[in-house]
Amino acid sequence: MTKPTAEEIMKRDKVIDVEDLVTHYGERMILKGISMDVREGEIMVIMGGSGSGKSTLLRHLMSLESATSGKMSLLGKNIADLSLKETYDLRKKIGVAFQGGALFSSMTVGENIKLPLREHTDLDEFTMDIMARMKLEVVDLAGFEDLTPSELSGGMLKRAAVARAIIMDPKLLFFDEPSAGLDPVVAAQLDELILRLRDAMGMSIVVVTHELDSAFRIADRITMLDQGNILMVGTPEEMKASDNSRIQNLLNRRIEEAELDPDAYLRRLTGEDTKYERP
Amino acid sequence: MSEQEAKQGPIAQRVENIGRRTMVGVGVIGYCATLVWESLYWAVLGKSMGQPVRLRAVVDQMMEIGIRAIPIVALLALAVGMMLAIQGIYTLSIFGAESQVTYGIAFSVVREFSPLITGILVAGRSGSALAARIGIMTINQEVDALSVMGINPVRFLVAPAMFAMLIMMPCLTFLSDVVGLMGGGLYVALDLKISLSAYWSDILKIISNGDLTHGLMKSVLFGVLIVIIGVANGAGVQGGAEGVGKVTTRAVVQSISAIVITDMFFAFMVTR
Repeated sequence: MTKPTAEEIMKRDKVIDVEDLVTHYGERMILKGISMDVREGEIMVIMGGSGSGKSTLLRHLMSLESATSGKMSLLGKNIADLSLKETYDLRKKIGVAFQGGALFSSMTVGENIKLPLREHTDLDEFTMDIMARMKLEVVDLAGFEDLTPSELSGGMLKRAAVARAIIMDPKLLFFDEPSAGLDPVVAAQLDELILRLRDAMGMSIVVVTHELDSAFRIADRITMLDQGNILMVGTPEEMKASDNSRIQNLLNRRIEEAELDPDAYLRRLTGEDTKYERP
Repeated sequence: MSEQEAKQGPIAQRVENIGRRTMVGVGVIGYCATLVWESLYWAVLGKSMGQPVRLRAVVDQMMEIGIRAIPIVALLALAVGMMLAIQGIYTLSIFGAESQVTYGIAFSVVREFSPLITGILVAGRSGSALAARIGIMTINQEVDALSVMGINPVRFLVAPAMFAMLIMMPCLTFLSDVVGLMGGGLYVALDLKISLSAYWSDILKIISNGDLTHGLMKSVLFGVLIVIIGVANGAGVQGGAEGVGKVTTRAVVQSISAIVITDMFFAFMVTR
């Protein structure tokens, strides 16, 4: 399937809409007024270096944290207006594949995948088994339902986590660092899986990653974060063509050496610099 | 030292530190109170919110907390009962009043030792297990995973343990009462040459319903303490495997300390 153009994507409905999101961790400001959106059926990749705030943004998009200020709506619902029950009902419509899989170690793979069904539906055991096997087929893990998570390899764990994330047929799917810790071949397989989920099931997918190759392979659009601000939102082509030096540095893996004042350096070493005392 | 701190001076700094710690302490107490409240909330309103507390999960926890603890609770209760008889007879022999030992055994087993021994054992077995489980789940993002799946973690992880504890602690304590009294009885029967039936008939005359409820009520309180201390420590885990080890140890030490101190206050309030 060919990638949609930026214009085509922008005509679609928003599944996530974030306006001027500001968040703090203690007294430290992490996100400094983020505005972005994710459109129906697109793969949005959130990129940025360490400490850019991409993991924090993801936690807010999954409505796991509350923001200091700003507005956020998920699948057309304003998060701040939702009651507890409505929040839980909304979460049934999203799926998340965590970085380490986050499968429950006390349960088998099959039980893990069936958990959302068991908790949220009245389906009988036989139907749940069939649905779990169907999802395992999608992620190429058929026949592994009786193993425990500790018996799976890193790549298999992530795919099992995807199977659990899609068991309720969510409209919106989040991936946290899908390629982290995987060898290039397995990482590429996971990228293929993400593309297949969008094409075959029409899901909107948000992927947080710092892997450039993976990002450019799967992204319809990329949001580039830097120190809590958005540097740029655009298609991979627009990103490559950007003349912003910080984006080019990130894309070309160039290290930015900030010019260091010798006095400041001395203050930092002697611990007099309050900025480093209490970040 | 930062510039601001240097300006404040050491006393102001200490006062600020006390304030900071107090805030953290108040926060922890608030968190624990929320845990108890939320467990009850989900038990009552969970079904209507699509978040029922599963009977199966409660039964599983009852097995783990209660049934599997029976052998060790019984063994220690027997030993404590016998120990009380030995010490009681030794002490009372000074006044030549050995036959009054039943009073000592009856009151101390039912009012003090049974709930205390049961509480300490359950804190060691289940409080630590709960802290470790929640700690590992927090580190592995399993608690986050529950939340984003639309499953309330308190309802799913804490409420079953809380209810299992509320049911099993009095049951274990009652068992410990019977076994402890039996342990004391066996020694008394052997040493003072009185029949077991005479011993039991004395015991039943001595112990009132109030004594029994005193012990059982305390055990319920201990159960709640074990759960909230275990969960609060587990949820506050930092770092990897080492962090889990730390919170597990801390949960056990804090639960046992809380149990003993609460026991003292409870005894003071109720007996006066």
